Amino acid sequence: MFAYIIRRALYAIPILVGVNLLTFVLFFVVNSPDDVARMHLGMKRVTPEAIEKWKEEHGYSRPLLYNADASGTGKLTETIFYDKSVRLFAFDFGSSDAGRDIGEDISQRMWPSLAIALPTLLIGLLVNISFSMLLAFFRGTYLDLSGVMLCVVLMSISGLFYIIGGQYLFSKLLHLVPVSGYEPGLQAWRFILLPVVIGVFSGIGSSSRWYRTIFLEEINRDYVRTARAKGLPEVRLLFRHVLKNALVPILTGIVVVLPLLFMGSLIMESFFGIPGLGSYTIEAIQTQDFAIVRAMVFLGSVLYILGLLLTDISYTLVDPRIRLS
Amino acid sequence: MIQPVLLWTDALIFVLLVVVLVFAWVARGREHLRAPWREVVRSRIAVASLVVLGVYTVTGLLDSVHYRKALPTQDGQQETQYSGDVLSLLDTLLGPLRTQEEKTYSAPFATQLYAKETVSGPDGTQTRMFPRLKYGGAHLSDPASQKGADIARRSALALAEAVAVLLLLYGLLGLRLARKWRRSWRAAMGTIASGKAEVPWRTALLTLAVFVLLITLMINLSAAYHVLGTDKVGQDVLYQTIKSIRTGLVIGTLTTLVMLPFAVFLGMMAGYFRGWVDDVIQYLYTTLNSIPGVLLIAAAVLMMQVYMANHPELFETMAERADLRLLFLCLILGITSWTGLCRLLRGETLKLRELDYVQAADAFGVSKSSILLRHLLPNLMHLVMIAVVIDFSGLVLAEAVLSYVGVGVDPTTQSWGNMINRARLEMAREPMVWWSLLAAFSFMFVLVLAANLFSDAVRDAFDPRLRAQR
Amino acid sequence: MSDALLQVRDLSVWIGSGAGAIRPVDAVSFHIRRGETFALLGESGCGKSMTALALLRLLPQPAGEIIGGSVQLHGEELLALPETGMRSIRGGRIAMIFQEPMTSLNPVMTVGAQIAESLEQHKGLRGSQAQRRVIELLDDVGIPDAARRYGEYPHQLSGGMKQRVMIAIALAGDPELLIADEPTTALDVTIQAQVLDLIRRLQEKRGMAVLLITHDLGVVSEMADRIAVMYAGQLVEQAPRNVFFGHAQHPYSDRLFAALPDSSKRTQRLTVIPGTVPPLNQTFHGCRFADRCERAWDTCRSQVPDWFDTGVEQGVRCHLADATLTPAAAQGVAGADEPGPAVQAGGAGKETLLKVDDLKVHFPIHRGFFKRVVGQVRAVDGVSLSINEGQTLALVGESGCGKTTVGKGILQLLDTTAGSVRFDSVELTQLRGEALRSRRSDFQIIFQDPYSSMNPRMRIVDIIEEGMIAQRIGSSAQQRRQRAQELLRQVGLRPEHIHRYPHEFSGGQRQRICIARALAVEPKLIVCDEPTSALDVSVQAQILNLLRDLQRELGLSFLFITHDLSVVSYIADRVAVMYLGRIVEEGEVSEVLEDPAHPYTRALLSAVPQVNRDERREKIHLEGDLPSPSSPPQGCHFHPRCPQALPECALRYPPVTHPSATRMVRCHLVSDAAAERA
Repeated sequence: MFAYIIRRALYAIPILVGVNLLTFVLFFVVNSPDDVARMHLGMKRVTPEAIEKWKEEHGYSRPLLYNADASGTGKLTETIFYDKSVRLFAFDFGSSDAGRDIGEDISQRMWPSLAIALPTLLIGLLVNISFSMLLAFFRGTYLDLSGVMLCVVLMSISGLFYIIGGQYLFSKLLHLVPVSGYEPGLQAWRFILLPVVIGVFSGIGSSSRWYRTIFLEEINRDYVRTARAKGLPEVRLLFRHVLKNALVPILTGIVVVLPLLFMGSLIMESFFGIPGLGSYTIEAIQTQDFAIVRAMVFLGSVLYILGLLLTDISYTLVDPRIRLS
Repeated sequence: MIQPVLLWTDALIFVLLVVVLVFAWVARGREHLRAPWREVVRSRIAVASLVVLGVYTVTGLLDSVHYRKALPTQDGQQETQYSGDVLSLLDTLLGPLRTQEEKTYSAPFATQLYAKETVSGPDGTQTRMFPRLKYGGAHLSDPASQKGADIARRSALALAEAVAVLLLLYGLLGLRLARKWRRSWRAAMGTIASGKAEVPWRTALLTLAVFVLLITLMINLSAAYHVLGTDKVGQDVLYQTIKSIRTGLVIGTLTTLVMLPFAVFLGMMAGYFRGWVDDVIQYLYTTLNSIPGVLLIAAAVLMMQVYMANHPELFETMAERADLRLLFLCLILGITSWTGLCRLLRGETLKLRELDYVQAADAFGVSKSSILLRHLLPNLMHLVMIAVVIDFSGLVLAEAVLSYVGVGVDPTTQSWGNMINRARLEMAREPMVWWSLLAAFSFMFVLVLAANLFSDAVRDAFDPRLRAQR
Repeated sequence: MSDALLQVRDLSVWIGSGAGAIRPVDAVSFHIRRGETFALLGESGCGKSMTALALLRLLPQPAGEIIGGSVQLHGEELLALPETGMRSIRGGRIAMIFQEPMTSLNPVMTVGAQIAESLEQHKGLRGSQAQRRVIELLDDVGIPDAARRYGEYPHQLSGGMKQRVMIAIALAGDPELLIADEPTTALDVTIQAQVLDLIRRLQEKRGMAVLLITHDLGVVSEMADRIAVMYAGQLVEQAPRNVFFGHAQHPYSDRLFAALPDSSKRTQRLTVIPGTVPPLNQTFHGCRFADRCERAWDTCRSQVPDWFDTGVEQGVRCHLADATLTPAAAQGVAGADEPGPAVQAGGAGKETLLKVDDLKVHFPIHRGFFKRVVGQVRAVDGVSLSINEGQTLALVGESGCGKTTVGKGILQLLDTTAGSVRFDSVELTQLRGEALRSRRSDFQIIFQDPYSSMNPRMRIVDIIEEGMIAQRIGSSAQQRRQRAQELLRQVGLRPEHIHRYPHEFSGGQRQRICIARALAVEPKLIVCDEPTSALDVSVQAQILNLLRDLQRELGLSFLFITHDLSVVSYIADRVAVMYLGRIVEEGEVSEVLEDPAHPYTRALLSAVPQVNRDERREKIHLEGDLPSPSSPPQGCHFHPRCPQALPECALRYPPVTHPSATRMVRCHLVSDAAAERA
């Protein structure tokens, strides 16, 4: 088991190298640091001196890949590639274009993100499984049909509508919770409640419909017929046999996104003013702070790969047919 | 005098249209290609959504024929100068909708602006009041008493027109089907009306009726009113939402068009050749997949923005610039979304290559390319088809989110995302400006709902596994 | 009939509704007595399984519906019971086991828990009490080391073991009736013998009645007390076993016997039943079998036959049994394949066409970070054989023994690990690319599954012409088209069907198309990989006849891969028996099948259920399952299961011995003919 995890972790290295090269090409080759500087300084009346100064201030003055002026290993290490890309492997994110320490920011802002994303996921899972089980139990009836129809309608509504509508209804009309903002500690629940409710609600359509398909697929399998031939009641059949088998694809589909919960939700956090990583990223995008975007890309892929690893492990826990080898 | 303009996305849309038409023509002769579609059009929901999609598509196509108008020739000039504004056929059709701009916000069917202004009267006195609109209800002398009756009169006219158009359509359809079924016109009309025809023509007609009525209403009412109000700069909201249709369709279709060749080619290669080819392709898509989609798109779009900002000389008109940005967004979306289909096709190819008929072809010494083209590809097409229709609605919704984040289409492009983005802050205004948001959301909802319902029918018809389940 | 345990009257089932509804069970009536075995016999698609499912009201939902009739257990009407009442019947008084043991168990629950569940439901047993009883049951069904198996998952068991677990689940409620729906069809013949034996033993011990559903006359003969034959949704004949096997009354039953291949019919064509079972979504206006019956006359097509009782618990649904009707002279059915004149079996030339020497196909097992090869699956481990021109060699063995791999290895569809394959004195394993491609027209293959062996997106004409185009046979499109039509005629199909798609044909017709496809490139050798095992007996006979005709006309050689010894005895000249990647015995069919030398061959032969019970040989029962080819046992691969194993057998693999000039055996018990003489 341990050896397997180590081996899988090694698999991650070439992928992270790939991600890193890709972002390097995107951020430094498509547009040179000069271009970026020019854009930041505004288009008109940009002097070469101003560009140099901007690059100096933000640490982009070194050559991209090869520093002929340096000596020894410095030829390779005193470059932008080393500074900005290789260091990410040590989780050294450097500082943002605005001069803040990105690593510090991340460690502070991931908790509010998690405070929203985790409850959304768990409550959503519970709601969706219950709802889809209900539909599966009444499969083929009008209840099922209208349930599916409702799912399709719900999933056809833009997520932005749920947020805007929810904010309007609960905060502006009913004054149940604050429109936006955040406060650490126990008082946080007032700010978390609405985003979580909206997050769960906007996910019901697609998830419940998908889970229902999984349940129906399982219900049609031979082993269910065997169980029925044993004389088991339908409810027990659904909970002991079908649910257990259906949880294999459902849970493993969830596990892969678990680590990514730290990244938060871009839209939700920015609408509700939650100081999490999602709103951090969106601010970076809107202010064109590429250092932060680069860091988040790397962090995101690390978390994704971690999710893949956890998925493999969780498979072995829920599905006896799969053993780690 | 006009000068036709072929934008990049226009060209691709027409290529796509040709591809679809050619496919339809080929499928006519092949029973196994036709059968699932026949099953699709037997479903009432599918037909209704097909009509909805059809109306949207026609609107989008009309909006994809672009041209520039000639400027009035000035003295001494030999060459005709063309205006910098790129117009579309749709713009011309909508005519007054585009040109009748107010000063700022006005509510639907309003005759006055939404905000008070200080107006200096003819006698020099200044009063704070809601000024009358330049176009909305301008023909009424006393809006308060006349507006209701005027709207009712125009609506009644629209209804009459709609009924006339529909009866015409019904009659023509009856003629067409009577010839096909070799029955009398009367009998064919009866079959259609009873809803017992194999294809639910009645449903199609009724759905179409809704749209015909909406269109006649629009024609009659929008000449005198802003049916959905105006936005901050006084532009008609109805015009904006209609113009946004094309953007939604382009993103929903061209993205898949861009990604399909990658996904199909690489997926088949990985599954068929296995070994190092498979390893490389798997590495490629795992790497791309590991970057969270929004971030990859954001990064790519930001870089494109920088590039475009630094190379303004590349674009002749604003429209071209916005168009290229739209195309580029499709490309990026395509690159980030091919991995799922690729993985699916790889898995399916791995299964197919072990099937006896592929082995039989091997035993005949049939070449590898021929096996890929004749045996594997046709048996993967149903998965591709399902993926295309399912992706469509997701992409239309994604556009709104991306535009909100600031990495969507160009701010000058009309899109639902941009409308929502602009109108978001208006919710906080007192009194609230709600019509832009509601218009964008409802137009988007109708399109996405139709697409979702249609894709359900397509999946049911094409996926034999699902068929067995029912 | 007062002692009937189960009484079924006029049971009818519909699948779907409206005009297109399929009626797989149409007014079926029978009864089962306490403790007896009642067999429901019929070809696929006749409604046997639907009948069984209807008894327990387990029809596929929501499509399936019981639309009439009565099912009484001890006089209690099951169809009138509420769903909750039905639950105590299912698994409690009537239990059922299914055809596919692989998918019939819940993959994520332990075997023990799945049995215990039934105990809890019907016996109220829980906890350690239940566990003790589960282990007893596992013991009863012959699962070794029952206590350990309790906590294992289904995927850790072999197919035979899974079917035993299914039986244990069924027994948990102490049922009075066990419904066994094709319980051994998915299993190998030696495992089938074990499972059938187990069912018989349990039945005797518990006095349980068994409703056995099968298509296999041999199984019926070995197991049943009474038999009902089902055809197209109806019972057409019912009789006690001895009467049925002595003198079947319905023409359909009669023909089923005649269509069975065996060695006594070697010199003649098999009797076939032309055509296929009619679709069941129609209303019949005559006898459902009339179109395939050689004794049918006008009345059969215009009048639905009634049920005639012809004796005690004996009856038939046929106009022939109606004394008031005089059958007109039998009218030949169009296309009826009469038992033809004597066929010269094996007019084999003496030239060797194919010579395989020490062929090995190993599949590496990759593991670890750098995909190191940590082991080999020795699917084929040193196989030598040869086929003469115009000869048929049968390759026999159980699933997983590597026989299909041998076939594909010979055709170079797989990479061979070692050994040589000489075809027409050309070494095929050395050929690459174009050189190999151009020789491919000489050897072709026909597959087992007629459904997956043709591309569903291609028309028949394209399927047949594909090989011709690849091999550049036929100079013009016109010529190829003509040849394709000619081929269809040759395999007994109508040339005008050439533009159809595969799904428009039945299983037997598809297999004919596959044969036509192979013939299109004028091969000399055809590898037939279980070409008839997916087909019903009556259709199997059609295909076997066709293959023999073609061999005679075209001088083809066949490598006939099969697990069915009766087919071997009918069609093959020589036979090679494979066990775990190696040939253990080879020789002329008559020598090997009549006087098997290797204990495995002997066991295999005795495990085949015989139609004629009186001539039954002494049964040899093999214990356990086929070992894994990745770690074959030391010494002789067969010794752990061999009833006659010597100490020597565990030490080294037996050498090749030739008891006679035409025969090869690898067994320590058999010595060389030459050595014997010395």
